[in-house]
Amino acid sequence: MNLPAVLAIYRFEMARFWRTALQSIVAPVIATSLYFVVFGAAIGARVQTVDGIPYGAFIVPGLIMLSLLTQSISNAAFGIYFPRFAGTIYELLSAPIAPFEVVLGYVGAAATKSIFIGLVILATAALFVPLHIEHPFWMVAFLLLTAVTFSLFGFVIGLWADGFEKLQLVPLLIVTPLTFLGGSFYSIEMLPPFWHAVSLANPVVYLVSAFRWAFFGKGDVAVGVSIAVTFGFLALCLGLVTWIFRTGYRLKS
Amino acid sequence: MPPIVSIENLSKVYASGLHALKDVNLAIDKGEIFALLGPNGAGKSTLINTVCGIVTPSSGTIRVGGHDNRSDYRAARRMIGLVPQELTTDAFEKVWDTVSFSRGLFGLGKNPDHIERVLKDLSLYEKRDNRIMQLSGGMKRRVLIAKALAHEPQVLFLDEPTAGVDVELRQDMWRLVRRLRDQGVTVILTTHYIEEAEEMADRVGVIRKGEIILVEDKVELMRKLGKKQLTLHLAEPLAALPESLAGYALHLGPGGREIVYTYDTQRERTGITRLLTDLAAAGIGFTDLDTQQSSLEEIFVDLVRGHTGAAP
Repeated sequence: MNLPAVLAIYRFEMARFWRTALQSIVAPVIATSLYFVVFGAAIGARVQTVDGIPYGAFIVPGLIMLSLLTQSISNAAFGIYFPRFAGTIYELLSAPIAPFEVVLGYVGAAATKSIFIGLVILATAALFVPLHIEHPFWMVAFLLLTAVTFSLFGFVIGLWADGFEKLQLVPLLIVTPLTFLGGSFYSIEMLPPFWHAVSLANPVVYLVSAFRWAFFGKGDVAVGVSIAVTFGFLALCLGLVTWIFRTGYRLKS
Repeated sequence: MPPIVSIENLSKVYASGLHALKDVNLAIDKGEIFALLGPNGAGKSTLINTVCGIVTPSSGTIRVGGHDNRSDYRAARRMIGLVPQELTTDAFEKVWDTVSFSRGLFGLGKNPDHIERVLKDLSLYEKRDNRIMQLSGGMKRRVLIAKALAHEPQVLFLDEPTAGVDVELRQDMWRLVRRLRDQGVTVILTTHYIEEAEEMADRVGVIRKGEIILVEDKVELMRKLGKKQLTLHLAEPLAALPESLAGYALHLGPGGREIVYTYDTQRERTGITRLLTDLAAAGIGFTDLDTQQSSLEEIFVDLVRGHTGAAP
């Protein structure tokens, strides 16, 4: 195990995060505050409670998930895409470092960043609405699991992308819509039966539901199913990364 | 002593079908400066990148310090420092940080003293807190070299180190390479500046269309393939060479004012003494004479051309 290399990559990536602190931290805080103002105040004034939970508090888990998913993906994707774009990847490829260690450094840093942002949003939310977390251990566990899974997914995107456009394609055109439609701001129970059934095909539903369960003790789908779906996606991403490094796809000629 | 880098039957066919390396065999001795010469697209970079692990070979084996570069890649790569041809650097990192990063990547713990020494050797120490994007092209090149030296490699690959580099940096680089060699580091450089190889190298390899067509000690190469020319400046211009000198490879210079004699240094006899005697007998006097030896550049051009069979 080349631990100094893992740490070097991790520190390099974290330095990038702090260098762009304004964009990395301040932007999500402002965005979250805006969501609270718009959704919490405007809709919350009409929809008092969902499933017995005050609307303002109800949207907190979904909001954190929204940032967690987009931040994990974009951080990890950019982290590995940029060296490929700039050519500095040569150093990574010629270093005595195993693929697993490369992934550990990049995905570890991306997950750290998005967890940090998730916690910042949680703290921001606590300023707007009184929050009570029913299962703190599971809350943290889901935060970790989601951050790692989607950082891994972002890493795959960063390896696959051959331009800045593709880098943004998946987060903007797939992940954001799925998150908005994944019950971040409503319970899918509120939907007509057909759209409820369609929503169950959206993986983000399971993430948001499980996270909401950790907060309030109830979710749209059973927690066990949520965990199984998340691990399934994690396994898929791990498989993809392994295949990429084994074949050298987009990395080596 | 076993070679520090040994390449056996190495071939590389890119996905595009390009046959970049054809059954390359090469052994690099520990502590030597080896210059790999070849025209653009000959396979120099592919060869280096394959040894360093950036390009996957189609077949063949590579050993560095006895370690197979695929099955025992960690040990093999730890010994190698690579300075790539392109100026590929980060933009926002500081010089000190990027060089320390490289050391970490190669599995070594922090060693500020070593980093400081490397930066000072490359006249980069004053710039250590500058962001890389603030540096000039030449300075960026120095940063790449510093990164390659951060983990104290035993084999250093310099891929076109002096392409687009000013005279000062070139001379700094030559000094650095010699100092590294004195420390026992093996240096393998590619270049198409022949004078660089002539100046620096102990041995020279010539690669053409993916094939190593020659590997030779530099001095030996120049002696073997170098032709010498003797120019005689005549006292009186000649209209034509006399019949009695037809047996020599002579050439009458412009205006009939000089005779040029080309001879092979490899031959047991150069024929000079006999030529001078014959000249005297023919009544040709000369005021001055000089000799010239062909440079490595001329030898190189001859070699590469000779193999294409194109130019005369």
